[in-house]
Amino acid sequence: MKPTHIFQAEQVIAGHDHKTVIKGVSLVIPSNKISVIIGANGCGKSTLLKTLARLIKPASGTITLDGRSIGKIPPKQLARILGLLPQSPVVPEGISVADLVGRGRFPHQSWLSGWTKKDTEAVAEAMRIMDITELANHNIDELSGGQRQRVWIAMALAQQTDILFLDEPTTFLDITYQIEILDLLTDLNRKYGTTIVMVLHDINLSARYADHIFALYQGELLAEGEPSKVITSTLVKDIFGLDCTVIKDPVSGSPLVLPKGRHHVSGLND
Amino acid sequence: MSSNSVSGKRELRPHVPRNFTRVIVICLVLLGLCAAASLVLGSRLVGIHELLDGLFRQDVDSYGANVVRKRISRTVFSLMCGGALGVSGALMQSVTRNPIADPSILGVNTGASLFVVCGIAFLNISTANEYIWLALAGAAITAVFVFGVGSVGRGGATPIKLVLAGAATTAALSSLVTAIMIPRSYVMDQFRFWQVGSVGSASWSAIATFVPFLIIGVLIAIITAPALNALALGDEVATGQGVRTGTLRLIAALAGVLLCGAATALAGPIGFIGLLSTHVIRLILGPDLRFVIPMSAISGAIILTISDILGRLLGSPGELEVGVVTAFIGAPILIILAMKSKVRSL
Repeated sequence: MKPTHIFQAEQVIAGHDHKTVIKGVSLVIPSNKISVIIGANGCGKSTLLKTLARLIKPASGTITLDGRSIGKIPPKQLARILGLLPQSPVVPEGISVADLVGRGRFPHQSWLSGWTKKDTEAVAEAMRIMDITELANHNIDELSGGQRQRVWIAMALAQQTDILFLDEPTTFLDITYQIEILDLLTDLNRKYGTTIVMVLHDINLSARYADHIFALYQGELLAEGEPSKVITSTLVKDIFGLDCTVIKDPVSGSPLVLPKGRHHVSGLND
Repeated sequence: MSSNSVSGKRELRPHVPRNFTRVIVICLVLLGLCAAASLVLGSRLVGIHELLDGLFRQDVDSYGANVVRKRISRTVFSLMCGGALGVSGALMQSVTRNPIADPSILGVNTGASLFVVCGIAFLNISTANEYIWLALAGAAITAVFVFGVGSVGRGGATPIKLVLAGAATTAALSSLVTAIMIPRSYVMDQFRFWQVGSVGSASWSAIATFVPFLIIGVLIAIITAPALNALALGDEVATGQGVRTGTLRLIAALAGVLLCGAATALAGPIGFIGLLSTHVIRLILGPDLRFVIPMSAISGAIILTISDILGRLLGSPGELEVGVVTAFIGAPILIILAMKSKVRSL
């Protein structure tokens, strides 16, 4: 099992292009759990994730890992604890699956040591977890969107970090692949205790797969906690401006948001 | 090395391309053949006896042996210069994450030659030692300027914007070079080759000046290669893997400018070598920069030397400057690369 870490943000203010997006967020990431950041478009959920994953330097406030400011930890050392899969990584032309997954070993390698047995094992394990071992020698260009995303996650896994940040890992994927990816991430968390923090677009999938929800509204943390406590019709109205009914998901038992638009609401009479 | 890739049971060794040993042997053999051809071929073809006399017997004073001796420094220089330009191209492509970045396309070597021409015209500079520093300053300033102009506006330094900025800068700077040279016949006579690029006039002392820059530049390139691999996955992935992207870009760009500036200082602006050498290698070995960078040095050396030989044969009894030859080979390749949609971004 992965060790426990205390990862916390205090009064973080951050943004980009001279625009403040995150307006004073304080939070503690539950260790060895799956956390999902939800919120409307432009509320800053992606910016918050990037700030936590040290892609954006906060204008003020502190982000600490086990009591040390993440800006003060040597980057390569930090990269062995904290991994990140951004929303749109760049695929080098003509790279094979095994090579791309192998790139995840960078923080573990020094120029002198070169490629070690440990690296080979880590790559093999990451590919096994993501079920892409048979694709090892394929070119990335030949893969479907779902397979490609599994390869990217495998690259992040090969980094063997205790904490993994993912920015919308299921966007642009068919529902089948969305479920597949989220199931694999859940396996990862349950089997290895990897702390996962991700941004998801779909509130119902968030409610189903998260242990902990961070609900963001206009750059501020509006609510957080277990999905069953946090996801209510009031919260959905507050952060999305959407009228809805929340029922218990008959499949998972988690909250299920049923939006109420202006049409097709006849069932309300029942 | 295992070769059962079809069964999918190949050992997971993502660190070495399967055909690497074969490729390196072929490249080294080609390199040797090129060097030999460069000694033998030219407006005067020398025989095997003359070649051996020229190479190994200092006491023989035949015309053929002397021709060979003159061609030795030229060959050594063209190999080194091609290597420097190849690595420089690989570095600039990585730093800009732009597959068509090349010192000549980005205007960097035109900037270097402008500074050298200015030095010759206004400061009475005439030794390779002094050229090098001027060329480096010119290369660095032009690189910063082109990246600066290319980064303005939405999306940062996109391939298209960088190429446009480079083309515009090249046009402006070459017209300045011409404007400075035309009224000064002494500059024009002595340094005609600056406008096109030539490896023919390299002296041993110029080569000695070049060596430290070549070594430092190539060493930095090889050392930064693993981090540049991370950068190839995007700035965000690279940061996530513990790369200080700003520092890395600066160091790698400096090495690129160092290599290209030093080569330009001695040979004049030779275009397209950085582009040709890296793309040939990428095609054969794939995108791993730990292999692409050193192998681009070898392929760059081969391509530049072949171009120089071609120039000597085609221009006989005189010679065609190598810069003209590489432009003729490189321009169509650039067009093909630009048309291939896949390489619009690395």
